[in-house]
Amino acid sequence: MIKIEIQKSLHGSKGTMLLDIELEIFKGEFVVIMGESGSGKTTLLRILAGLEKSEGNIWIEGKSWQGLSPQKRSIGFVFQDYALFENMSVKENLLYVQKNHTLADELLALTELTSLSSRNVKMLSGGQKQRVSLCRAMMNKPQLLLMDEPLSALDTKMKIKLQEEIIKLHKAFGTTTLMVSHDNESSYLLADRIIILDQGKVIKDGVKDDVFEKVRAVRYTLVL
Amino acid sequence: MIELSPFILSFKLAGLTTVLLFSLCVPFAWWMSQTESKSKPIFEAITALPIVLPPSVLGFYILVLLSPQSAIGGFFEEIFGIKLLFSFTGLVVASCFYSLPFMIQPLQNGFESLNKYMLEASYLAGKSTIQTIWYVALPNMKPALMTAVIITFAHTVGEFGVVLMIGGSIPYETRVASVAIYEMVEMMEYDKAHIYSAIMVAMSFVVLLSVYIFNHKQKKIGII
Repeated sequence: MIKIEIQKSLHGSKGTMLLDIELEIFKGEFVVIMGESGSGKTTLLRILAGLEKSEGNIWIEGKSWQGLSPQKRSIGFVFQDYALFENMSVKENLLYVQKNHTLADELLALTELTSLSSRNVKMLSGGQKQRVSLCRAMMNKPQLLLMDEPLSALDTKMKIKLQEEIIKLHKAFGTTTLMVSHDNESSYLLADRIIILDQGKVIKDGVKDDVFEKVRAVRYTLVL
Repeated sequence: MIELSPFILSFKLAGLTTVLLFSLCVPFAWWMSQTESKSKPIFEAITALPIVLPPSVLGFYILVLLSPQSAIGGFFEEIFGIKLLFSFTGLVVASCFYSLPFMIQPLQNGFESLNKYMLEASYLAGKSTIQTIWYVALPNMKPALMTAVIITFAHTVGEFGVVLMIGGSIPYETRVASVAIYEMVEMMEYDKAHIYSAIMVAMSFVVLLSVYIFNHKQKKIGII
């Protein structure tokens, strides 16, 4: 289980705001964090990854992560803009994390990237890049997978494809996952649980059917 | 008959200066690119000084700094028996001062232009700062690297004022190509001066052309 009790003062366009989060996330859960821009979603992920400092504490399986460098946390992170190592091929991006050819091949096969494994990542489409980024994040078999709007830069076709890959990987590895998203449909499809942030505070936290109201067959709207 | 020793000395000096400055400037430029310290502009101004100072001013202070009466000059002479003034070693030290901005600025710009998230992805993969610089940062800023190394080399080959003040004109020791040309002009040996100067112009042109061709190719690769 992951226990989060953090506070951080943020300076945004709406002035100063206190990010004050208390959460418990269960092992293997897929949690989607939603909320307006500037509500503190990305900052929360960056604090969990150790990329930003905060007050308070984070415990994972009873062990405190507070003050631990990003290198010493068992984190996989998928960035919005992919952040791939552009001097490397697809497979080299994965092997840079861990020299585990078997796992790299398994991940590439799961995400249907085997045929592109020796291609330089600069030559890939946006959707392919994000799938490589997802595979790379899984290479150290993280205790916690963090994804910062991984679908936002993709067109609908690519988005559907990546959603499928995310579901496949989550089923295969059972990694506890926190994903920031603005997309209602993707969030409903992927999440076990949805948390909504506003001005740095959790204003809604529940299973997806409590948080979303179904509209027609495929559209979902938030119930606030 | 063209004597090659001034050219050999010039290239030896430029090569050593480039290697030394590269080793010293990579960690320093990295720090400058990452720091949020308020003292950063002071360091930037100090390291840029050799660009704006007259060579006579720079040469005078290096002369004072390396003289046996100074703490540094005295230390090297007493402990290692190395005479820094009017020696090749002294020329290397002086070259490191006057070519410093030509190495440090492209490196710092290169580091600053890198995708911050790409570097963070390396940390999250468990890699140290040194591994991140070596495997991710430097290979992804090849045009900046090329500019830093080639321009430092070329600038050192072309330096005259500081070299003359610190090294004088000792054949096979400190009489580099630029000093040799100056002496030929003084002795009205214009034919020889023409040949030496033409060689310098040709070499400088080839060096600069190679930088521009390389950077142009890198940009093209980036676009594809």
